[in-house]
Amino acid sequence: MPDLGKYAAEVLSAYGVSVLLIAVLVGWSFLRAARVRRALEDAEARSRAHGR
Amino acid sequence: MSLWEYANPKKFMQTSAWLLPWFTGLAGLTLVSGLVWGFFFTPDDFRQGATVKIIYIHVPAAMMAINIWIMMLVTSLIWLVRRHHVSALAAKAAAPIGVTMTLIALFTGAIWGQPMWGTWWAWDPRLTSFLILFLFYLGYIALWEAIENPDTAADLTAVLCLVGSVFAVLSRYAVLFWNQGLHQGASLSMDREENVADVFWLPLVTCIAGFVLFFVALLLMRTRTEIRARRLKALIARERMA
Repeated sequence: MPDLGKYAAEVLSAYGVSVLLIAVLVGWSFLRAARVRRALEDAEARSRAHGR
Repeated sequence: MSLWEYANPKKFMQTSAWLLPWFTGLAGLTLVSGLVWGFFFTPDDFRQGATVKIIYIHVPAAMMAINIWIMMLVTSLIWLVRRHHVSALAAKAAAPIGVTMTLIALFTGAIWGQPMWGTWWAWDPRLTSFLILFLFYLGYIALWEAIENPDTAADLTAVLCLVGSVFAVLSRYAVLFWNQGLHQGASLSMDREENVADVFWLPLVTCIAGFVLFFVALLLMRTRTEIRARRLKALIARERMA
């Protein structure tokens, strides 16, 4: 860990907030992708079953 | 082969499925290398001390915030002129990434500004235009969510994107138009004299490349989701009519 001196709180909070925001964005994108893919597979299966 | 082939959702899904793992791997590698290099292996600035390490997040995030809006402008224009759904969906998919980048730039700028300028915030031209860009991003996302018909939503958000482009450009060039702001000039320039010192420049460029690759990877993934969501909506509508 580098010595951040009197600015440790500023530097660490800047990195912390940024990593957190990016993690939320990536996590949300993955969850939505999985949910939409599952729902589409179900809808396509229903569509095939009904010959549409 | 024409670029417009990729406006076909099926072709886009095939190509993006192949590209996505490569971009994801490259983005992870470049981003981690740049941030580790900048955070652990660069010296403090003689004037700004350790706060200079914030540059490796703040500058790439701010650049992405502006350039993502410009990318949305281009895809919105393609939608308005050629009516390719993939381009409208790519703009929709990019907006949450853009708003996150804008928020990161605003947060890290405030955190950096406090010890350097003695204030978290000033109504400086660049900061103010960035805040307005953030509000435009929120408005753009809200408009997509508020309108049921996807084509109408794409039309209206494209127009909003055109209007917001003024602030995206202003965010980039505000320091050149008005000199009274607190914010310094560009950290990166084609003019070597204006650039930050090499010891900061090299990891900074690596971080910027990492942010760009991260954006492309996430954009591909999110656009694929939007294409699937559109097909899902069409199938559900067909079920209801049957």
